[in-house]
Amino acid sequence: MNLAPRQNRPGETRGDHKVVASLVPDGARVLDIGSEDGALLDLLARDRQVDGRGIELSQEGVNRCVARGLSVIQGDADTDLSDYPDEAFDVVILSQTLQATRAPKQVMSELLRIGKQVIVSIPNFAHWRNRAQVLFRGRMPVTKYLPYEWYDTPNIHFCSLRDFVDLCNELDAEVEKAVALSGRGNKIPVNAPWWVWNIVAEQAVFLLKRQD
Amino acid sequence: MSADTTNEPISSELKSSEAETPSSKLAKFSAAEPLELDSGVKLAPWQIAYETYGELNNDKSNAIMVCHALTGDQYVASTNPITGKQGWWTLMVGPGKPIDTNHYFVICANVLGGCLGTTGPATVDPDTGKAYALNLPVVTIRDMVRSQARLIEHLGIDTLFAVIGGSMGGMQVLQWAASYPEKVFAAIPIAAAARHTSQNIAFHEVGRQAIMADPNWCSGNYIEDGVRPTKGLAIARMAAHVTYMSDESLHQKFGRNLQDRENLTFGFDADFQIESYLRHQGMTFVDRFDANSYLYVTRAMDYFDLAEEFGGSLPNAFRDTKTRFCVMSFTSDWLFPTSESRQVVRALNAAAANVSFVEIDSDRGHDAFLLDVPEMFDTIRGFMTGAANARGLPSPGAKV
Repeated sequence: MNLAPRQNRPGETRGDHKVVASLVPDGARVLDIGSEDGALLDLLARDRQVDGRGIELSQEGVNRCVARGLSVIQGDADTDLSDYPDEAFDVVILSQTLQATRAPKQVMSELLRIGKQVIVSIPNFAHWRNRAQVLFRGRMPVTKYLPYEWYDTPNIHFCSLRDFVDLCNELDAEVEKAVALSGRGNKIPVNAPWWVWNIVAEQAVFLLKRQD
Repeated sequence: MSADTTNEPISSELKSSEAETPSSKLAKFSAAEPLELDSGVKLAPWQIAYETYGELNNDKSNAIMVCHALTGDQYVASTNPITGKQGWWTLMVGPGKPIDTNHYFVICANVLGGCLGTTGPATVDPDTGKAYALNLPVVTIRDMVRSQARLIEHLGIDTLFAVIGGSMGGMQVLQWAASYPEKVFAAIPIAAAARHTSQNIAFHEVGRQAIMADPNWCSGNYIEDGVRPTKGLAIARMAAHVTYMSDESLHQKFGRNLQDRENLTFGFDADFQIESYLRHQGMTFVDRFDANSYLYVTRAMDYFDLAEEFGGSLPNAFRDTKTRFCVMSFTSDWLFPTSESRQVVRALNAAAANVSFVEIDSDRGHDAFLLDVPEMFDTIRGFMTGAANARGLPSPGAKV
């Protein structure tokens, strides 16, 4: 299932993937949840020489991953993470998927259990364009990067960046790094307080770990 | 496997010679080289019949073991000497096929307890000079795999690049990975399970009882008595064949269509096409299979419970494994349903193993693994390419 906004020409590396790759140590054991067609795992195997595994919901996606030589299973972040032992992976990645899970908090705590580090990327529901649509048009936001109508969206648990940081605090997860991105997946090259990012960032990538 | 042509009747001499001196390759082990069985018996002498395809490379790193299903045989990609038909998996194994014999050295052996050359109940017991019949010890899936491990040792092969098989073949794949993790680089269990379920055992028991109820079974000694329990074996095959297909595929193929007639006959002739088809399946099966073998091989499947061997924990079967797994199931397979494959995948995840898993959308039931299912072939091509790269083997041109 591809929940991420399409921003790239075929063959071009997605901006959020580049950011994720920059956060993954060389040779790490990685689990990528929501592998889609395997583009990120492929990138990590190539550039970071990771020992990568994936979970993908759609059969089509899994077939494409396995057909390109990646180790991916058909599965669901909501139900299949409990099978993995504690700290089974150096890094667990959840790209643009949290908002589509049934129980995001439980998924987050599973991620923090099975990964020594966790990378989560989420779309920011509180981006100014979304705010404007609700405020001025009185409509649920439909943008280039969140293209679904309210009745057919797979995104059932939206949050803002600040909401997400609150959840991390509640789960005793430490935000080691956060990168705000534009809708195109480019880094927003400014240091700003959360409330600014919460308005101008269309998505963000977080590097988390459990607080000991 | 579906049979679409009627075979010429075959003399029982030919069949018994295939059990003793098969047309395929044969490895014989002497009285001094016994095979130790789960039952505690040391079987000797014993033999294993096998076929090979392709060439073994210089460092002997390109060997693939294909494990056959309940009624399969070693003729995976070559003509079966009894039926005269082409191999049972020529869609999967051959030059340019997903298991590409231009690149890999493929081995397929008749299972222990079988009837096409590997020691089984139709083999002559050297102690008595008569067929073993029920005096052969009951064998298990692990015994089958042990015999195959002895075969590759005999061939001078240390490590298999891959082990692949569907149904009972997939059980052997899982057993290979659990028993000899260091000898299996990649494992592909298709439409399989880590245990035989109660429902599976129930169907097998119906088949066995059908065989044993045939007066010509003669308490198992039919070879000695010069008769054959063909009726019982045919009924066992008919019952089993239904379990290999889905309701949907039966409906598409036969519906309620009548066989060579306009109206119901108000009798018990084969009015319906499905009845005629099943009778044909049963009748052709008895030409190529031994009734006692059917008892032994179904029993081996019934006894299979991989977790039990590892203290009741399936993840323990795969602890610290380096093997790469590609697990596959089919949506309409109700005999080895996806839930069974998922159990295997869960255990592999819990063991932090390297695993891919796909449930293929197909309405063809359990038999789908033998049929032309392009998604299955694409997945296996991709997996084999990835595994070949990881192994440092030249990978066949992948169709991605």
